[in-house]
Amino acid sequence: MHIIESGNVAAASGVKLAKVQVIAAYPITPQTPLTEKLSEFVDSGEMDAQYIPVESEHSALAVCIAASSAGTRAFTATSANGLLYMHEQLQWAAGARLPIVMCVVNRGIGAPWTVWNDHQDSISQRDTGWIQLYCCDHQQIIDTVLQAFYLAETVSVPVMVCYDGYILSHTYMPFDIPEQTDVDRFLPPFSPAYALDPKQPANLNTVTLPDVRPDVRGDVAPGYMEIRHNLHMDMRAAITVAADIDRKFEDIFGRGGNPFIEPYRCDDADFVAICLGSLSYHLRDVVDILREEGIPVGVMGLRLYRPFPNQAVRNALSSRKAVIVFEKALSYGNQGALYGDIKSALYTADNRPIVHNYILGLGGREIKTHHLEKALRESCTAPDAIGDTPVWIGLKM
Amino acid sequence: MTTTSAAKTTILNLPEDELVHPGNRACAGCGLSIIYRIGLKALGRDTILVVPPSCLTVLQGLYPIAATQLPCLNVTFASTAAGATGILGAMRAKKNETTTVAAWAGDGGTSDIGLQALSGACERGENFIFICYDNEAYMNTGVQRSGTTPQGVITTTTPFSGKAQRKKDVPSIIAAHGIPYVATASAAYPLDFFDKITKAKTMKGPKYIHVHTPCPSGWGFHSRFTVKIGALAVETGLFDLYEIENQKFRLTGASEKLIGKKRKPVKEYFKTQSRFKALTDDQMADIQKEIDAKWEGYQQVA
Ligand SMILES: Cc1ncc(C[n+]2csc(CCOP(=O)(O)OP(=O)(O)O)c2C)c(N)n1
Ligand code: SF4
Ligand SMILES: [Mg+2]
Repeated sequence: MHIIESGNVAAASGVKLAKVQVIAAYPITPQTPLTEKLSEFVDSGEMDAQYIPVESEHSALAVCIAASSAGTRAFTATSANGLLYMHEQLQWAAGARLPIVMCVVNRGIGAPWTVWNDHQDSISQRDTGWIQLYCCDHQQIIDTVLQAFYLAETVSVPVMVCYDGYILSHTYMPFDIPEQTDVDRFLPPFSPAYALDPKQPANLNTVTLPDVRPDVRGDVAPGYMEIRHNLHMDMRAAITVAADIDRKFEDIFGRGGNPFIEPYRCDDADFVAICLGSLSYHLRDVVDILREEGIPVGVMGLRLYRPFPNQAVRNALSSRKAVIVFEKALSYGNQGALYGDIKSALYTADNRPIVHNYILGLGGREIKTHHLEKALRESCTAPDAIGDTPVWIGLKM
Repeated sequence: MTTTSAAKTTILNLPEDELVHPGNRACAGCGLSIIYRIGLKALGRDTILVVPPSCLTVLQGLYPIAATQLPCLNVTFASTAAGATGILGAMRAKKNETTTVAAWAGDGGTSDIGLQALSGACERGENFIFICYDNEAYMNTGVQRSGTTPQGVITTTTPFSGKAQRKKDVPSIIAAHGIPYVATASAAYPLDFFDKITKAKTMKGPKYIHVHTPCPSGWGFHSRFTVKIGALAVETGLFDLYEIENQKFRLTGASEKLIGKKRKPVKEYFKTQSRFKALTDDQMADIQKEIDAKWEGYQQVA
């Protein structure tokens, strides 16, 4: 069924279709309408789930951690400072290997206070052991929520579904709401290998020693390092699993084909802009303008940021003259995080393109098409003139 | 005053089922070990536990060996009550109406870093039993002061003059949420604790039990005196055993028996532990006055 609704409603609709059993959330702009919608679904009886209105984001994720440990499908959502407040819990959920799904409605972080969009919130949680998927429009939001549960439960790693605050969360766009019967064909019910159960007692997340240790039967159990290595290896395996899931999704819903990178006019492009989130759709307009001038340029939206699809990035970018990374976040004192990741993926390529880094849109600073156009044109026409430091777009002072 | 005390458990009819394996990592003479063993007997096998970092985490053993036979979710320090909430949510989703969800946290995990989550859960009316074992400091990290450390106590963060502030009255804070059951207990009276858990299990909504647990390592006394010192805290009227059942307060057990009787001087209690060595005679006299006034209040209600 096609409807016109907000990005937050697209996310909530995905959560409902995924038959989530336990939802815990705490309001924060611009995530709030998503949790309000979910409370409506539950309170009206449209959705058979436990909605737990906790007193903080730390507790929201604590509830999801426990609910997931007890064998139920759990969901939460947040933005900005709410995500930062969860930091300890993010690492706990990943270490405990719980397939929780969370929407991160991207917003800049304080101080100073801002409620507007950038990516500093989710990027700052890059190394917490969560899978991060980024969406470009409302259809991707609902589709990605469904895929996220599948991915999380297949590899036992939690997933963040990230989408731009306001730009996507509060704008209205047409999108297709899949049929429940199709979703049920796509997403099997959650059946974890172990769930907390008095009939099969287990002590979860106990103190674990630096070295391996035999259990009471003499079988050697992993130490902390093996457990963490498993997390890493399963994250790497998630790259292949994401591609498989994308194919299955396409078979059922007819949408898919680009699990890692969504390219636009890139086939013959010497120059490729790349970024996360809705900005890549904005850049499509800029690419069209520059193409009219005869500049062979395209744009790619990176959908899977963690685990980083190094091979796919290398294949997509190594034959280019220049790669231009646009970012709404920064590793302060160094460069954009994505810029660093892309350079590192290209390091082993036979041909290493020039890579540029633009920082823009922080705290919702308006991103003007003509600013993007100017930056991209400069990168394409005089790629050697721009150095290896981030260039800020739209600064006024 | 209501007196709804259930049939008293004695050492003869205590369940024989042992849910804590013999031999664990707690110090010799640990008050927590006593109440954990007895408390789990009262909770029974159809229970899921939630535990934050504390001496209890250590008591329960190092992976892959566990000292207890109940399923347990170890959670982050601030999130005990929220963790219990999540398990309850999952139990409702699975239509499980029998399993008891019990949180066990130290005084730090309850009264300081965990208070927000606990308050939230009490306000929401979560159907759990929350047990705070109060050893009156952060023992797991090496005896630092906590909100429930009494005035004058030497800890590693109040090293010379002792803690300047009073003990935080956590049971009263929790009782102010209007939950169905708040009780105190002591490691010196494990059967009273057993009966209080048994009663809590029959009630719906949040149940909070605050247990005084002497700690030889952190309090500075010989491990053979745990029960004696726990009893002395009650007999001097410093730590009182009571229940607040549906907003009605009543002293129980050994404390109830003190009504109208002469209590031992608090000084006797202070002399047994090196943590009180910074307390002056004047300070002890002041504390004695406060205790006397508190008991004056009890006698009037009684
Ligand atoms: C967020 C966080 N801060 C600090 C710690 C370190 N820490 C672990 S246990 C503990 C003290 C626990 O005290 P209490 O709750 O009273 O239990 P006890 O050790 O006394 O049994 C502290 C400070 C931690 N694990 N997590
Ligand atoms: S430090 Fe105290 S509370 Fe902790 S295990 Fe030792 S005796 Fe028990
Ligand atoms: Mg303590």
